[in-house]
Amino acid sequence: MLAYALRRIIPSFVTLLVMAMLVFIGVFAIGDPIEILVDPSADEAIREGVRQSLGLDLPLYQQFYIFLQHAAVGDFGNSFVHGSPAMQLILQRLPATLELAITAITVAILVGIPLGMLAGMQSDSATGRLIMSGSILGFSLPTFWVGMMLILLFAVILGWLPAGGRGDTTSVLGVPVSFLSVEGLRHILLPAFTLALYKMALVIRLARAGTREVMQQDYIKFARAKGLSSARIIFLHVLKNIMIPIVTVIGLEFGSLIAFAVVTETVFAWPGMGKLLIESMLKLDRPVIVAYLLFTVCLFITINLLVDLIYSLLDPRVRLGGNQ
Amino acid sequence: MFITKIGLVRALTALAAVAATPAQAQTPADLKVGLSAEPTSLDPHFHNLVPNNQVTGHIFESLVEATPNFSMRPGLAESYRVINPTTWEFILRKNVKFHDGSSFDANDVIFSLCRIPKVANSPSPFTLYTKAIQEIETPDAYTLIIKTKAPYPLLPQELSVVNIISDGLIGGEKVKFNHDGCKINAAWPTTADFTNGKNAIGTGPYKYAEFVKGDRIVFKRNEAYWGDKPQWETVLMRPISSPGPRVAALISGDVDFIENPPIQDVQRLSNDSKFKISGGVSARVIYVMPDQRSDAVPPEVKGTNGKNPFRDVRVRKALAIAIDRQAIVERVIGGFAKPANQLLDKAFFGANLDIPKIAFDPEGAKKLLAEAGYPNGFEMTLATPNDRYVNDAQIAQAVAQMWSRIGIKTQVNAMTSSVFFSKRAKHEFGIWLAGWLAGTGEMSSPLRSLVATPNSDKGWGASNFAGFSDPELDALIDQAMNTVDDGKRKVLLADASKKSMDLMAVIPLHSETTPWAMKKGLDYKPRADQSTNAFDVKRSTK
Repeated sequence: MLAYALRRIIPSFVTLLVMAMLVFIGVFAIGDPIEILVDPSADEAIREGVRQSLGLDLPLYQQFYIFLQHAAVGDFGNSFVHGSPAMQLILQRLPATLELAITAITVAILVGIPLGMLAGMQSDSATGRLIMSGSILGFSLPTFWVGMMLILLFAVILGWLPAGGRGDTTSVLGVPVSFLSVEGLRHILLPAFTLALYKMALVIRLARAGTREVMQQDYIKFARAKGLSSARIIFLHVLKNIMIPIVTVIGLEFGSLIAFAVVTETVFAWPGMGKLLIESMLKLDRPVIVAYLLFTVCLFITINLLVDLIYSLLDPRVRLGGNQ
Repeated sequence: MFITKIGLVRALTALAAVAATPAQAQTPADLKVGLSAEPTSLDPHFHNLVPNNQVTGHIFESLVEATPNFSMRPGLAESYRVINPTTWEFILRKNVKFHDGSSFDANDVIFSLCRIPKVANSPSPFTLYTKAIQEIETPDAYTLIIKTKAPYPLLPQELSVVNIISDGLIGGEKVKFNHDGCKINAAWPTTADFTNGKNAIGTGPYKYAEFVKGDRIVFKRNEAYWGDKPQWETVLMRPISSPGPRVAALISGDVDFIENPPIQDVQRLSNDSKFKISGGVSARVIYVMPDQRSDAVPPEVKGTNGKNPFRDVRVRKALAIAIDRQAIVERVIGGFAKPANQLLDKAFFGANLDIPKIAFDPEGAKKLLAEAGYPNGFEMTLATPNDRYVNDAQIAQAVAQMWSRIGIKTQVNAMTSSVFFSKRAKHEFGIWLAGWLAGTGEMSSPLRSLVATPNSDKGWGASNFAGFSDPELDALIDQAMNTVDDGKRKVLLADASKKSMDLMAVIPLHSETTPWAMKKGLDYKPRADQSTNAFDVKRSTK
């Protein structure tokens, strides 16, 4: 298993390197941060001073080399505009995003799987059809629109929930979280639901398709014939067998939830990493962009690894490493 | 994707108007503010940018203060005067205490001025405002004699942007000013220690309470403040960068006051009995600048027989009078601007009160073009940012259509500001739309930066990417910049402004009006520097 994990991790370094290189070239191609940062009435001497202090006076390959040297020891440089370490900025924002993503994915699973299984078992009934049409909505409504509509309904018209922000947080082992206070829950509800909607639709579809397929299998018929309770059939035999595709997709989607909840975070003014990324891009704050994307790559690598491990738990036929 | 939001925002506010929920009762001692941009740091000497300066301005103060309409009044200095053209005397207030209880005196000022060039990795340094200072003498602890190398009339204006920090951060060490870099025994305080609140100790009306990046900044009132105490015990500022959600936060009662409501929503909010809008003309002018660097054809200009049409003042004038400014202001910006006839609105120091407005005269423009040798016009591309100024890309569209009507076929090339400003600096545009905020609130600012011949020794022409140059105009600006007497300088600047418009060095479009939206029961005097100061928000019965 360790060998397997290592074999997966080593090629990832190549991915990280390529990613860093692409960001360097990309930001360089977009423009010169000095033109965005420095006050337009500043003279050439001041501009040159800033250029030097930020290391932008060197040729690009040298800047990249210096970046690599520092990155090798875990220093991803200081943000141009915040003046603090880029990785620290990202990690400060991580709890908010992580909490939002976990809440969203939990909602998606808790709502999506039962509804999907129900729709799969009663695919021709009115309930089944209703669930399926509902999931189409979940797929096709753009996130920012749903977000705006939810704000309109629950914050502006009904006044039940706040229109955005994170509210007061409770500290758990030094990590600020929202879900422990009523105020925090009120703040997280709308953004988490907005984010969950698409994933929910996806899970419903996967669960339905899986259930329909599994229900036809001989072992289900046999279990029925054996006289097992339908609860046991559904929760043990069906559920376990439909989980593999769902776990794969949720794994990938969870990564993208964390890395790219940008739109939702912007609409709800949620202080997460996505908002930081957008702001950094607008200001050409390269250290933050690089650190963010490298962080994202690591995140995906880790999640994929975890997904593989979960497979082997769900399905004994899956052998990690493949040559045993 | 973000464009369609505008329609939504409209729907949002429209629906909100019929929504019958009363706004939640607030503790009247608190004020919640929705900001459109978050400060990157609480270090008042780190990043010279409006979102930063307006927030640090709650904690820190400067010797001189800019009033809402950009005139100067004493701040931490109780008075100041010119001794001779290169020597200024500042008398400091004696009853001022920092938030940690220590007293304010001349050493704090010197320490602050000394620290500015020492701030590490500043992306937009404040050295811009301190480099003119040559020597500082302190006859006593409350008197500063500041000497400049040459006459420097803008010293008070520039010092109004320099916040004073406490010498307690270096243990009260005596600091000696040195133009080429001060030396102190202690370590210079770091930017990080300001942002985390440790060093956020000023003399201002508010004390630092909390800063959670991306989420909130909280201030508590400074009960020992030397001046008029603000009405709000606690101020909470929340960065809500998207305009739609910012308006929604106001309507739903999450915040009481927002800056930069989108123009589309301003009308609806002001029609709503629960809200009101406060707006006033700002020191920001939107202009068009044509490349006049050489006789070679500027980029993206075609059909001119190998000439640069913009070198001909008749062509520049034709471009100027072909624009219907009133129509742009009314239809594209919803009335939230004032047609401009010079580079700073006449409400400000040094603007020329006698220049007539630029008449809309497409026929006259055609005639001028014909005289200049372009009876059939030519082709060009107008570059513009699309996320920097109020409705910038739409304005460029309108201008391009008006030019096409006089025979100059104009395309619009709109792009995000990070791309726009880089390309502009590389001279990739033939003609472009941009804006200028007069940071000192007087005419010298746009004149020095936009139309003066680029000269790095003097710090002139930093944004004169058009390469416009006129020796007579330069001489006038030079004379104004060497005149410390305000009355005389005002006249010189007005003359220079007229000269720049006679030559149509830069084509002004309009001065932006900055709106703020708030709940009924609040009042805010619009600030020409476009900044949002919670301590200036007042309760009102109107």
